[in-house]
Amino acid sequence: MRTLNRLLLSDLARMWGQALAICAVLACGVATYTMSATTIRSLEFTYARYYRDYRFADVFVALERAPNRLAARLRGIPGVAAVETRVVRDVILDIPGMREPASCRLVSIPADADSSLNAVHLRVGRLPQPDRRGEVLASEMFAEAHGLRPGDTVTVIMGGRQEELQIVGIGISPEYIYAVQPGQLLPDDRHFGILWMPYRQMAAAFNMEGAFNDAALALRPHASTLDVIARVDGLTRSYGGLGAYTRDDQVSHRRVADEISQLRGMAFVSPTVFLSVAAFLFHLVFSRIVHRRQEEIATLRAFGYRPLEIGTHFLKLLLIMISVGFLLGATAGWYLAGWLVALYGRFFRFPALYDVVAWDGMLIALGLSLLVGLAGGAAAIRQAMRLPPAVAMRPEAPPRYHATLVERLGLTPFLSTVSVMVLRRLERNLRGTLSSVSGMALGVALLVLGSFMEDTINFVIDVQFQQAQRQDVTVTFRETLSPRAQHDVRHLPGVIAVESFRAVPIRLTHGQHSRRVSLMGLAPRPQLFRVLDKRVRPVTIVAGGMTVSEKLAELLGARRGDLLEVTLLEGRRSRHLVPIVEIFRDYTNPGVYMQRQELHRLLREADCLSGAFLQVDPSQLDQFHARLKQTPAAAGVTLKRAALRSFQATIAENLRPMRWMNAAFASIIAFGVIYNCALISLAERSRDLATLRVLGFTRQEVAAVMLGELAVITLAALPLGLPLGYFLSYLATLALDTETHRFPLVVSRATFAYSAVVILAAAGVSASVVRRMIDRLDLIAVLKVKE
Amino acid sequence: MQTPAPNAAPEPAVAEALFEARGLTKVYPMGEVEVRALRGVDLDLFAGEFVVILGPSGSGKSTLLNILGGLDVPTSGRVRFREHDLSAADEQQLTAFRREHVGFVFQFYNLISGLTARENVALVADIALDPLAPQAALDLVGLESRADHYPSQLSGGEQQRVAIARAIVKRPDVLLCDEPTGALDVKTGILVLEALASINRDLRTLTVVITHNATIANMADRVIHLSDGQISSLERNERKLPPRELVW
Ligand SMILES: Nc1ncnc2c1ncn2[C@@H]1O[C@H](COP(=O)(O)OP(=O)(O)O)[C@@H](O)[C@H]1O
Ligand SMILES: [Mg+2]
Repeated sequence: MRTLNRLLLSDLARMWGQALAICAVLACGVATYTMSATTIRSLEFTYARYYRDYRFADVFVALERAPNRLAARLRGIPGVAAVETRVVRDVILDIPGMREPASCRLVSIPADADSSLNAVHLRVGRLPQPDRRGEVLASEMFAEAHGLRPGDTVTVIMGGRQEELQIVGIGISPEYIYAVQPGQLLPDDRHFGILWMPYRQMAAAFNMEGAFNDAALALRPHASTLDVIARVDGLTRSYGGLGAYTRDDQVSHRRVADEISQLRGMAFVSPTVFLSVAAFLFHLVFSRIVHRRQEEIATLRAFGYRPLEIGTHFLKLLLIMISVGFLLGATAGWYLAGWLVALYGRFFRFPALYDVVAWDGMLIALGLSLLVGLAGGAAAIRQAMRLPPAVAMRPEAPPRYHATLVERLGLTPFLSTVSVMVLRRLERNLRGTLSSVSGMALGVALLVLGSFMEDTINFVIDVQFQQAQRQDVTVTFRETLSPRAQHDVRHLPGVIAVESFRAVPIRLTHGQHSRRVSLMGLAPRPQLFRVLDKRVRPVTIVAGGMTVSEKLAELLGARRGDLLEVTLLEGRRSRHLVPIVEIFRDYTNPGVYMQRQELHRLLREADCLSGAFLQVDPSQLDQFHARLKQTPAAAGVTLKRAALRSFQATIAENLRPMRWMNAAFASIIAFGVIYNCALISLAERSRDLATLRVLGFTRQEVAAVMLGELAVITLAALPLGLPLGYFLSYLATLALDTETHRFPLVVSRATFAYSAVVILAAAGVSASVVRRMIDRLDLIAVLKVKE
Repeated sequence: MQTPAPNAAPEPAVAEALFEARGLTKVYPMGEVEVRALRGVDLDLFAGEFVVILGPSGSGKSTLLNILGGLDVPTSGRVRFREHDLSAADEQQLTAFRREHVGFVFQFYNLISGLTARENVALVADIALDPLAPQAALDLVGLESRADHYPSQLSGGEQQRVAIARAIVKRPDVLLCDEPTGALDVKTGILVLEALASINRDLRTLTVVITHNATIANMADRVIHLSDGQISSLERNERKLPPRELVW
């Protein structure tokens, strides 16, 4: 046995290049899988610990105004462990050096800030002093976006007058890991942030002494969330409660959870591709090894080695390659996970990031590696074990000759001898050729998969920011205003057009399903803020019911014509049965719309407005901004162009590294496949090639025989791989489909071209390696030794 | 089993019949037609003999040798090695038989190219019950100084002598050689034959050499002529020639 083990090493030494190429592909599969698993585990651990240490609440409720004594009654609800009441206000900010206004949310912090729910983690500076006027804590991302430091000041409009606030510290909170302005898709840290202010100061500024307008509740383990919510709703109803909700409906938590679920989806698609290619390569290489070694195997068998001993030998070879691939992959996955977690740490802020290795994920990856390797190598090993020993005694029979397609079609006279050699071999070795083509095609597909997200997001951006939203500015009002307010807004400098809207928080219920959403009342045919369907046609807001996005309808299990229960979470808090009159497909937050006048009737109110969409003359933007900064009625401002820029920056930062990683992995696949095919073909034909050289063919001419083969395989892989990539991308959109985001499948020609170019480049590199091997072909040795 | 075999060897009475083959036939189905490679071969082979099987190409020499060596089984007839019935053995038993009793030498040496000469020999020593030291086996074929060379660094004759060392390292009861000099020139061929002769002389191993070269028959104890799948004649040499006196 010892000598057989020695043979193992020599086998490996003889085929290390090939072995390494397979290991690399397997490693990519293991790496993408373990990277996702470890990233998910790390993020989950990180936020769970954050939530625990900073006492992130379980139930949230916003209301108009309630006396502080209501807190005691909330605390008395069975299952409630702690209650935190605060004052929360959205205001407009004037930041020195910034022309346009920013929006921010002011959140009160209690005197005993260290033990409160949703506690703030202080990064630098100190907490504001409860009795010092105008001291605030700023959220980290917002402060970073503006280069704000402790000691800097910002101006806000509070309670109708401008006030200077001094930043004394910078912090983060589990409630705002992801701080996105209401109504926005992604965070824009320049234009939206959180400021924390002592309760006493907030109450004084907003005339809320002895009262609160927002509460957070921590539940005891095993408490019934539904019961608590029902009781909270009951207690807050008469104080203008907007309906209690759980973490699932809490914006920040929802986004973090969605991100993790998308990671989970991606943990499936890429590894599947890599592992299939790895299985294919194992199959390819082991079949060829066994074929080329049949004489050696037969000799061993003739001397009395048992089939099991032969099988074990190849199994060991396989296991060594699997182990190397797995170890490489697991290490890379661990390393990449650290990088990815750090990347997430830039978007999601935590007090500390923990790298937690997902050992179970590693174990699964090991199992998958074994499965893939054995699946790929099993047939060849079985063949080796079954090889009759008598083979050793006879010289190898010449392959049976039959006319190939090239000959039957009578093409031979029109092709050069080299072309005929290439085509003949490709056809004779049809199975090998086809499997090489499919392996390459998977590489191409992986590239498409790795890049299509940018196309999709560009499409969403175009639809969202250019075609659907034609306003320049969205202003939301602090309280619903009369149409007079619209009149005021219209007279801001530079305003060309105004379109106002009414938004009400509601709970939509259909059978078992229920969702808390914002119902938007719009004009029947809005011109600035348009609702578009999947063909990018404007959707008319039909009278007589609600117009609902497909995603929301799916979540509610509802179809057109169904009656839904609408619970208004504002004002009268009444319940109504409202039919769905139209379902359309969109790619942003699940939305529900109604004609504004109908919504007013439902609310039994006159023309109350929540905000307005404005079109502003670009030349008067500065004056417009200056005036807006002093408009007390405005609670929030969204500037479309700024939002777009921030969106694109975020996407770029997020997607580019991923794209590079995918390109690297796909190139490894392409290289692995081409390199293996080339080596096998080279090994089988080295005699022929050397003979050609001896006969006087030049190196170039001989190389053309080999490289022609690789070129045909690569070119054939492209038309297969591109549609396959499209299909994989489609699977990915399914995997990425979460409650907050739905992605359309958009793949641009540029992406197809990019994938093709990367594959051609990878093939080119492999070809140059092969070329060098042909140049180094030892003519005498090849012709002397009988293979 | 009463009738004595027609080719029973008139060897000294002490000689033990290692192989006893009766009525061996081998038919290879080749699609429509059948190739009858052996058509009833009766044969006894004795311990310590040096036997040469002569015959034109296609006469069934390799087929016969494969059956004797347990690489193949006859279509009909019986072949016995000592108390083992090889014609009734399954693959597992045949493997055990080869492992314990048989050494092979092939026309194209069949050395493992990734292993040195010594390792090629050790490969077989590893699975033998009572092997020689690999180096000792190499000494026997006169290759003591080339032990650490890879096959590609050896001449054809040297490779074939490594193959012989590999075949005898397990101290086989029988050494089966299929055209061992077929790929070699005269001079190196004689070196190889000398190695075979000295092993046969020193270790008393039954040695069967297939060849289509009639000259080689002169170094044998007995010569079996095979033609068209049958034994056409069988003769005993009065005087064995040492290989170096062979001329062809
Ligand atoms: N595996 C096989 N399949 C079919 N025919 C075979 C096979 N092996 C040998 N033969 C045929 O059997 C006959 C005898 O072959 P063989 O024993 O190799 O002859 P020799 O070794 O004397 O040249 C030949 O006609 C050969 O073609
Ligand atoms: Mg033969």
